[in-house]
Amino acid sequence: MENIILNEDLIYRNIDFKTSREIETFLADQLYENGYVKEGYKKALLEREQKFPTGLPSSQPAIAIPHANADLVNKTTLAVATLKEPVEFKNMGNTKEDIPVRIVIMLVIAEPHSQVKMLQKVADIVQNEELRKEFLQAETKQKLLQLVQSAIGDKND
Amino acid sequence: MTKHILVACGNGIATSTVVASKIKKYLSENGVDVQTTQTRLTEVPSKVANYDLLVTTGQFSGDTHGTPYILGLSLLTGVGADDTLSEIKDALTKQEP
Repeated sequence: MENIILNEDLIYRNIDFKTSREIETFLADQLYENGYVKEGYKKALLEREQKFPTGLPSSQPAIAIPHANADLVNKTTLAVATLKEPVEFKNMGNTKEDIPVRIVIMLVIAEPHSQVKMLQKVADIVQNEELRKEFLQAETKQKLLQLVQSAIGDKND
Repeated sequence: MTKHILVACGNGIATSTVVASKIKKYLSENGVDVQTTQTRLTEVPSKVANYDLLVTTGQFSGDTHGTPYILGLSLLTGVGADDTLSEIKDALTKQEP
C-alpha cells in the first residue's frame, strides 16, 4: 500500500522548459496518456498552481511539488523532472516571490491518508541538499529513477 | 485540555498531511495534547473560529477571526523548522487559562 513503484515513463532528466505552466502541462499530459489521472487533472493542476503555488524555498537546487485533487487521480505515483535551466515557480509561502526551480516532483496521489510516509519522504528530499544535487547530477534516466525510488522507499525504516 | 489546530494547504491533502504529522509528533513529545484537522485554504475563514491555532503551508491572508496564525511551510522545507515548532507550542500553551 505504502510502497510506490515509479514508472520510468514519468521520469525526465535535464529537460528544457521556460515556464512552470509548460512543465506542468507536459507532465500532466504524460500522466493522462499513461492512465494515472482523469481528464480534468491538467486543468485543476494549472488552476491550483496559480492560486496556491508550489515552489519551496530552500538552498539550490530548489524543488516545486505541483499537485491537484485526489479525486482526479486514478493511481498514485510521482512524476519527476530535472530541468536544464532554472524555471521560476512562485513561493508557496509568499506568492509574490519567485523561486528558481531545478527539480519538479509532481505528487500524484489517489488516497492521501495512506500516503503519509511517502509524503514525509518527499519532504525529506526537500530538506536534503546533497540528495537534491545528486538528482541533478544523475547522468541517466535510470540513475535518476533509482535515486528517487530509493529516497521514497522503506530502506531506512 | 486538548488543543485543536486547523492545518491548511491548497487542497487540504498533501502538504498539510506532512505538517500535521510533524506538529503532532513534536507536541506529544512535549506533553501537549493536540488534535489536528486538515482543510483547504479556501475553507479556512469558515472554520478557523473553532480552533485554538491555524497553521498553513501556503500563504494565507484572509480573516482568521482572532485565531492565532503561524505559517508552517518551514516544517516542509526544514529551514527554521525548530523555531516554528516552538512558536506553535508557545501559541498553544499561552492560551491556558
